Amino acid sequence: MKLLVPIKWVVDYQLRVRVREDGSGVDASGLKMSMNPFDEIALEEAVRLRESGIARELVVVSCGTAASQETLRTALAMGADRAVLIETDVLLQPLAVAKLLKTLAQRELPQLVIMGKQAIDDDANQTAQMLAAMLGWPQATFASKLQVTGTTAIVSREIDGGLETLELSLPAVVSADLRLNTPRYASLPNVMKARRAPIECLPAAGLGVDLQPRLTTVRVSAPQPRPAGVRVDSVEALAARLREALGMGGEA
Amino acid sequence: MNVLVIAEHDNVVLNPQTASVLGAALQLAEQADVLVIGYQCEAVAEAAARLQGVARVRKADAPHYAHFLAENLAMVVAQMAGSYSHVLLPATAFGKNLGPRVAAMLDVAQVSDIIEILAADTFVHPIYAGNVLETVRCSEPVKLVTVRSSAFAMVPACDAVAPILALAPGPDMGVSRFIGNELPHSTRPDLAAAKVVVAGGRGLGSHEAYHRLLDPLADCLGAALGATRAAVDANYAPNDYQVGQTGKVVAPEIYIAAGISGAIQHVAGMRDSKLIVAINKDPEAPIFEVADLGLVGDLHEILPQLTAALCR
Ligand SMILES: Cc1cc2nc3c(=O)[nH]c(=O)nc-3n(C[C@H](O)[C@H](O)[C@H](O)COP(=O)(O)OP(=O)(O)OC[C@H]3O[C@@H](n4cnc5c(N)ncnc54)[C@H](O)[C@@H]3O)c2cc1C
Repeated sequence: MKLLVPIKWVVDYQLRVRVREDGSGVDASGLKMSMNPFDEIALEEAVRLRESGIARELVVVSCGTAASQETLRTALAMGADRAVLIETDVLLQPLAVAKLLKTLAQRELPQLVIMGKQAIDDDANQTAQMLAAMLGWPQATFASKLQVTGTTAIVSREIDGGLETLELSLPAVVSADLRLNTPRYASLPNVMKARRAPIECLPAAGLGVDLQPRLTTVRVSAPQPRPAGVRVDSVEALAARLREALGMGGEA
Repeated sequence: MNVLVIAEHDNVVLNPQTASVLGAALQLAEQADVLVIGYQCEAVAEAAARLQGVARVRKADAPHYAHFLAENLAMVVAQMAGSYSHVLLPATAFGKNLGPRVAAMLDVAQVSDIIEILAADTFVHPIYAGNVLETVRCSEPVKLVTVRSSAFAMVPACDAVAPILALAPGPDMGVSRFIGNELPHSTRPDLAAAKVVVAGGRGLGSHEAYHRLLDPLADCLGAALGATRAAVDANYAPNDYQVGQTGKVVAPEIYIAAGISGAIQHVAGMRDSKLIVAINKDPEAPIFEVADLGLVGDLHEILPQLTAALCR
């Protein structure tokens, strides 16, 4: 079976972006970029399916500027067989990304698309569900366990209040949650090899997809900082303050 | 303005977050419709019909809705959405799963996780783990929005009862099947709705210590328990206790963070709490930057003393 894993290149999760003074957007210039952590987990799961022989081919794809090739090289070093860049300078929103991925899915005909549940920049948590709808395929979001047989995927999902298990007919779309696995580090020889690997570049403009953003950013701002707190120096002092806040009266 | 709220429920009880989503809806219009999709979910429809500001409850009731499979639910919502200016869902696992599927079927963008409504087409929502607030304008014919329930007041129940209209069920897509679930029963309040949350991080050190130190405090405060990703990964607490960018977002009156460093991904889920209390042995821990009350020290000593002081 063939697997498709879409990957987004985002500001590293340990870094904080700055809001531009004029509120027109965020300033990420000069910040280290990394593979979206959830996509890394999705990719790890796909690499394991590939290694176990359940999958025969693993294709990774990123939508964005030429710079996104770097994250595709990381994916190749982690174990992907082939990488595709759908190239555009347009600032893509989830609906447009899902449409681009749909065109690639229709060309590649994967049995399973595994992708991150959300990107840690826009935090939208939309693309997997949108892609599944556009393809008319079933979806299992927020996966914490994935088992693939010949014709179905059995997926445990993290839901409010616990876990749920679904069985999906393939082809299907699965979105990865944090606890699905712990991604590997690519080995140095693989990183070197991936540097020279070919990446197929498809200009997004040629795919007949409406890429224009549907949502307009009016402004961005930093959240109100919380007023500075106080340090208390004893459990008694803390308990007294808490009793007050709880409406438990002053003295106990 | 013609607003539809998608109810979240378990076929028996209406999830209270639905009342918060309705609170958001009533900022857009004087009344809103509520759509209940489920199986043998009459009691849920009746509960929804009693909420203030509900014009009509529309109900799709069929066996293939028993487990809320997105493929089947999306067909119903997409079919109805065209006659509404806004479709609102809770930004919960349920709403996050369903909303974008509907959006794609309608070929509209979704606005995720709104915390404020500035105009019928203009919403504020957090991005970058809550470090940035983005105001977006949405000019789609149907505005599909997920709502962060902690940011909107719940509407109360009232005496008036809205009519319940049954819908003809949509198709069973037959592409996914519910196998089972594990929903551990808890006597504690729901994390997302609790007035007080007692949360523990890696600093608790073990599953045993997490419960030995936090359970009695939570019991006496009537609090929900929360955890960091690190604590969940180390199996101190189950996954649905996770608070943060990728877990639950809470805004209780009091949030007690014990042995939690204050990573941005965690703070994203609790920074709107009214009073934040931090207990950490590291005086430099970033959690103190968001805490209203901080106590530096070893939680193994502090927590039992605090419990004793508060719960005599
Ligand atoms: C994509 C992504 C998403 C994430 N999503 C989330 C999320 O939703 N929620 C979340 O919580 N995290 C999330 N994280 C993880 C986050 O980055 C942090 O790793 C995590 O929050 C740290 O948890 P912690 O504070 O329990 O552990 P640590 O950072 O290890 O902190 C432990 C703290 O305990 C203190 N301590 C230790 N012993 C004691 C003692 N005896 N007494 C008092 N204090 C003590 C230490 O001083 C330290 O400050 C995410 C990470 C990524 C990459």
